[in-house]
Amino acid sequence: MSKEALYGKTLSELKACVKELGLPAFTSKQIADWLYKKHVTTIDDMTNLSKKARLMLNEQFEVGLVPPQSFQESVDGTKKYLFQTNNHQFIEAAYLPEDNRNTLCISSQVGCKMGCLFCMTARQGFQKNLTTNEILNQIASLPERETLSNVVYMGMGEPMDNIDNVLKSLEIITSEWGYAWSPRRINVSTIGVIPAMRRFIEESEAHLAISLHSPFNEERKQLMPIENVYTAEKMIEALKDYDFGRQRRISFEYIMFKGVNDSAQHVKGLLQLLDGIKCRVNLIHFHPIPNSPLEGSDYKTMEYFRDKLSQKGITTTIRKSRGEDIYAACGLLSTKKLIQEDTDKDF
Amino acid sequence: MNQHKRKKLKPVNVIDNRLLTSGVHYISIEKNCEFKAGQVIAIALNPNDEPRLYSIASGTNKKYISILFDIKPGGELTPPLSKVKSGDTVFISEPFGKFLCADKPATWIATGTGIAPFLSIIESGQNKNIKLLHGARTLDKFFFQEYLYEQLGDYYLRFCTTESNERTIDGRLTDYLKNSKKLPTNNKYYLCGSSQMVIDVREILISKGIPFDNIIAEIYF
Repeated sequence: MSKEALYGKTLSELKACVKELGLPAFTSKQIADWLYKKHVTTIDDMTNLSKKARLMLNEQFEVGLVPPQSFQESVDGTKKYLFQTNNHQFIEAAYLPEDNRNTLCISSQVGCKMGCLFCMTARQGFQKNLTTNEILNQIASLPERETLSNVVYMGMGEPMDNIDNVLKSLEIITSEWGYAWSPRRINVSTIGVIPAMRRFIEESEAHLAISLHSPFNEERKQLMPIENVYTAEKMIEALKDYDFGRQRRISFEYIMFKGVNDSAQHVKGLLQLLDGIKCRVNLIHFHPIPNSPLEGSDYKTMEYFRDKLSQKGITTTIRKSRGEDIYAACGLLSTKKLIQEDTDKDF
Repeated sequence: MNQHKRKKLKPVNVIDNRLLTSGVHYISIEKNCEFKAGQVIAIALNPNDEPRLYSIASGTNKKYISILFDIKPGGELTPPLSKVKSGDTVFISEPFGKFLCADKPATWIATGTGIAPFLSIIESGQNKNIKLLHGARTLDKFFFQEYLYEQLGDYYLRFCTTESNERTIDGRLTDYLKNSKKLPTNNKYYLCGSSQMVIDVREILISKGIPFDNIIAEIYF
C-alpha cells in the first residue's frame, strides 16, 4: 500500500500528523522546513528529527516528490515537462525562461471540464483534480526550481474548479513556514467560476487572470460554455465588490480570433464591460488546434486592438507566444494521447 | 479586509423526493420566485455550505421547482440530498443562467441527467420545431420518457449504449451524428451533459459543417 505524501500538507495538517504520532509539536515546523525550504526527497534526510520520529514517520508517510517523466525543449528555450500523477495519469507544466524572469506554468487538474472551444486541454475531457501534493510537485521537482521567479496557474484545468487544493498550495507557497514567496509572484487564472473566484479573492493575495475572450454574452457562450451559467457581466459585478489595493493585479486574457472577436465593436464592448475596473488586458495570439473552426487574428489587427484599448486608458499588451513548436503555448497543453479510452460511455 | 460576499441562499421546503432509478432522484421544492426555462439554481443543505448548481427540470408554469440529479458516491451534497423528505428545508439561490433556447428550429442533445433543462423547456411549452436526442447507458436512464414521447413523438430519439428495446436506438448518439448524411446547418444545436459528451458532439457537428456559433453547450461541472 502506498504511503501518504507529506509534501503538500499545510502546517496545520502537519501539526495534526505529528500529534497523532505522539511526536513533539515543534516537529511539524521542522518537517515544514525540510519540505518547503530544503525540498528533501526522503524522510531520512530530515536529520534534525530524532531517529524515532523518522522511523515513525516513515511507517506512514513519504515525502512524495516525483521527478518529471520527460521533457521537450522548444527552439525559444521553453521546456514542457510531463509529470505522472498518483493514479497514473499525466499532466504538463511549461517552464518559460526569459531575460529577467523565469516563469513556470502549472496545471491544477488532469484535463478540464469547462469545454472551451479553443482549448486543447478541453478536448481530453476531465480526469481528476490534482492534489495539493501534485500541484506543488510541479514546482518542487522542476530541475530549474531554484531559478524560478514566478508561477502561473494557467496550465491544464480550471483552478477555481479545484479551489480547495489550489488555495492550500498557495498557502504553502506564500507562508513564512512554506516557500515564503510574495503572492505577487503568483498569478492564478480562471474562466470566471464566480463562487470559487470570490473565495480565491478573499482567501489569497495572488494576482488574478480572467479568461474573457469576448465582451458579448451570446458570442462568449459559443466560445465558453461557462457563460451560460456565470456570465462575464456577473463576474465583473462580483469583482467590483472587492478592493484589490495597489499591488494586487487583475488581468483579462483575450485570445484574438479572426473575424470573431477582433472588431471595433469588440473594443467598444470591452471598454463598456471593464469600465470601473482597474485592470490590464493581455491579447493572446490563437494557437490553432486540430479541426478547430477558429483562426487567429493577424498581428496588425492585434496591434490595432491593443492601441485602441490603450488609448482609452486600459494597459494592453500582446503576449509573446512561447513554446508553440512543442505544444507548450497557451491553450495547447494536453495529455489526451496518454488516456485510456473509457468504453463505458453514455453517449 | 474583504468580507465573504457570497450569494445568500434562501430556505425553502421540500415537497417531494422521487427515486427515478437507482441513484437518480427528482426533488421538488417550493417555488419562491419566477425563473426562465433553462436556468439553474444553486442548492445546499445548510445556508453556509458551498452550494452546487443544478438545472431546473420543471416548467415555469408549475407551482414547484424540481431538480434532477444522480448521487455522486463520496460527494458532499448528493448523498445527503438524496435522503431529504417532504417538509425538510433546503437552501437555494435565485435562479440564474442563460442557457435559454431561441425560438428557432433546433436539435437538443443530452446525456443522462443533462435532460433536465430540456424537460423544463418542454414543460414550459417552448418545444416548437425541436428534435431531442438523448443518450444513456441503460434503459432506466431515459427519465420521463413517456412524457417526452407524448410531447415530441418521433422527434424524441433515445440512444442506449448497453441495452436495447423496440423504442430505443442501439448504440451511441455520437455514431448517429457521425453517420447522418446531412444535418441541418441553420439549426441551433443545444447540448447539455458531461464535458466529454459536449466536446465529442461539438467536434462532430463542426466536422459536419455546423457553424460553431450555432452550437450552444451547457456543461455539468
